[in-house]
Amino acid sequence: MTDIGIVSYGAYIPRNRIKVDEIASVWGKDGGSISKGLGIYEKSVPSIDEDTATISVEAARAALKRCSINPKEIGAIYIGSESHPYAVKPTGTIVGEAIGATPELMVADYEFACKAGTAAIQSCFALVKASMIKYGLAIGADTSQAAPGDALEFSASAGGGGFIIGKENVIASINSTCSFTTDTPDFWRRAERKYPAHGGRFTGGPAYFKHITSCSLNLMKKLDTKPEDYDYAIFHQPNGKFPVSIAKKLGFSFDQIKQGLIAPYIGNTYSGATMIGLSSVLDIAKSGDRVFLTSYGSGAGSDSFDITITDNINMLHRENAPYIEQMIKSKKYVDYGTYAKLTDLLYWE
Amino acid sequence: MSSSGVARFWREIPQRYNLLGNKCNSCNKIFFPPKESCPFCRRKSIGKMKELKLSGKGKIITYSIIHSAIENFQKQIPYIISIIKLDEGPNITAQIVDCEIEKIKIGMKVENTFRKIQEDGYTGAIYYGYKFRPCDSLLTEKEQCKCDTK
Repeated sequence: MTDIGIVSYGAYIPRNRIKVDEIASVWGKDGGSISKGLGIYEKSVPSIDEDTATISVEAARAALKRCSINPKEIGAIYIGSESHPYAVKPTGTIVGEAIGATPELMVADYEFACKAGTAAIQSCFALVKASMIKYGLAIGADTSQAAPGDALEFSASAGGGGFIIGKENVIASINSTCSFTTDTPDFWRRAERKYPAHGGRFTGGPAYFKHITSCSLNLMKKLDTKPEDYDYAIFHQPNGKFPVSIAKKLGFSFDQIKQGLIAPYIGNTYSGATMIGLSSVLDIAKSGDRVFLTSYGSGAGSDSFDITITDNINMLHRENAPYIEQMIKSKKYVDYGTYAKLTDLLYWE
Repeated sequence: MSSSGVARFWREIPQRYNLLGNKCNSCNKIFFPPKESCPFCRRKSIGKMKELKLSGKGKIITYSIIHSAIENFQKQIPYIISIIKLDEGPNITAQIVDCEIEKIKIGMKVENTFRKIQEDGYTGAIYYGYKFRPCDSLLTEKEQCKCDTK
């Protein structure tokens, strides 16, 4: 059977950071206990000139720098985000033009809360499998919104990751994927509203935990695998605590998830979260390593993936683009006033 | 509601997104933005101007700190505008980002990055294009050699 999977990868994390302490002090809350409760120390903040399109372009260009693919051979670009810059005008058109992949190209923007990026991977995987395209580019990126003073404000951040999917020079073979979807209103943003709303604690048990657990167990049952068969595991990370809890519940150790656990340092990048987590694993993965990934998108659904790193990882020029660890370390702290300006909290017309 | 600046910007997308210049195959001079004919070779260059994608790497040859900006840039002050000598030769004027004002210096190696340039308010089009950032803003010392300019 021909391997279909990841041919190259790239990610981008904006340089600005704000500490949980700084946000808490504005709202008269105890930053220390919030930080401890969420498992997040600080979060990334987009610059005034960064949005989902610019983050996606940077991630896509990083992926192209690592391989020798002609961008014209990319036959599809799907971008998952809940913060597309336009309500009507696809982010994928901007990305396609900026990487030189236009015009013979399928493009669509996806939205499924925090899992639209992994949905894009599944679409590209299927199109490659059907031989409709040679390569597909799947991106998950967000400049996440959070209302001032809301609990989400401590975690909603910015970043994204992109994967070129194909069947030549595959560095990470996607052995199998499955999804688990229900109508669960745990988190939403109504049309034309600026900020999302959520069901508070309802976002935990019946939403995040139920969907990730069900999807992960379904895939492991289908493949007859156990948590100990995997070298790395990545779970959606709305904060630093949920992925640790779900890993433990499913039988994965902290050692298996720590490389892909990025939320404590940059917050919840929504559609970018599992994509950046997987990029972090690919930064250090070796041939033969096996990776388990389950995303989660409110609304609600999960996508699970079983991935094996191939010998081709040694041929990929991983050093041609920044590693996740470098981007985490490259930072500039901003105060709440600057954060408010950068994220357009001071909205006026 | 129509937006009058859209067509002009759309025509410049190849240059703004991908630094697409051109080269005179008569005298080998490189131009950005691209020229219809070479101002040095004139008629000898006709039919010999070839499209060329620039690397996006270069060196700051001068800069200015903007403290008083036009309306669309007021939220960004103070910011840096620089003239950059690209590795291939042409000079380009661009904003420098991800660089503290006190760290900017002539001779600094920079590379292009894709950013939002401006937008027509909250309802109009968003215009994207090149800005530049210090080469070392993301890479470690070891990898900086890849950014070496000529």
